[in-house]
Amino acid sequence: MRRLHLAVLGAAAVLAAALSYLLVLRAQDGATSLFDLRDGFHLASSKGGEVDSRDLAGKPYAVFFGYTHCPEVCPTTLYEMSNALTKLGGAAKDFRVFFITVDPERDTVEKMAEYIANFDPRMEALVPTPEQLPKLASDFRVYYAKVPTSDGGYVMDHTATVFLINADGQLGGTISFGEAAEMREAKLKKLLGL
Amino acid sequence: MSGMRTLLLAATLPLAAFLAAAPGEAHETKIGQIVIEHAWSKASPMVAKAAAGYMKITNTGTEDDRLLSATATITGNVQLHDMKMEGEVMKMVELTDGIVIPAGQTVELKPKSLHVMFQDIESIPVEGSYFNGTLVFEKAGSGQVEYEMMAPNAGMTP
Repeated sequence: MRRLHLAVLGAAAVLAAALSYLLVLRAQDGATSLFDLRDGFHLASSKGGEVDSRDLAGKPYAVFFGYTHCPEVCPTTLYEMSNALTKLGGAAKDFRVFFITVDPERDTVEKMAEYIANFDPRMEALVPTPEQLPKLASDFRVYYAKVPTSDGGYVMDHTATVFLINADGQLGGTISFGEAAEMREAKLKKLLGL
Repeated sequence: MSGMRTLLLAATLPLAAFLAAAPGEAHETKIGQIVIEHAWSKASPMVAKAAAGYMKITNTGTEDDRLLSATATITGNVQLHDMKMEGEVMKMVELTDGIVIPAGQTVELKPKSLHVMFQDIESIPVEGSYFNGTLVFEKAGSGQVEYEMMAPNAGMTP
């Protein structure tokens, strides 16, 4: 009887593992195949005015979603990208890196401009309106969620991937959080055709 | 006599200040059976109102203890958090039940992991400076730690 129980349990475990594997595969596949920037974006910029994705045609760029109250992932990623830009130097002089807030409630254009000024001048902050954000995040397949904290405030969970957009306006690659500097540089060079 | 003592104190103070400020020195603080090693934070973009505190906490006792809460001079809003990567998504989890420090073990608060979260900071201390905080443990009680402000890229992947 006990043996039967074990067998059933074992079969259930195998089934669960297979199912979660399939789900992961589907999620990964979806992340690239469903990436859809056909509608483009038109967002307020820290450099004044707005950035229209149509004006970016023919020029590779990078996008990272985050927020200024972010203690670790955002400053780390931005410092790492900033360092990579410094290393690439003049070879990447027209390359632009956009930091888009997932917290437009607190991150005004002014605050984002002050924040991004700490990094390489090729880095630019973009601020979607609360109405623009859901569609934009969905086009990039970016997850974000407000998580309340005990003090009545909140932090944001968010996708920590840097998206590399090629000259055709398609997803040309991604850089994961914590990836080694050499990998990051190699990916940027490939994107820029260097 | 008291004049002499004052003089002696005045003579040793600069030395004490120098010792306290020596960079890279492994600060060790004891709170009961708990030993705290090198509490630190890092400079971040000046408008950022948040910073994280890191340290190694060793429980030299025979009973599990729990870090319940923390305070800091730089803000009234301090929480205990865990950062997790779920696939490509960064998730922050507030640890309202604190952080268990098992008997005889070391728990490291470090980037991309468990940390003390300082929020609503008026002005982030500059690199190389120090600020104080307290840690409250369930059994060991409370004690003071001094956080060293490290470079913005401290603890990053090379």
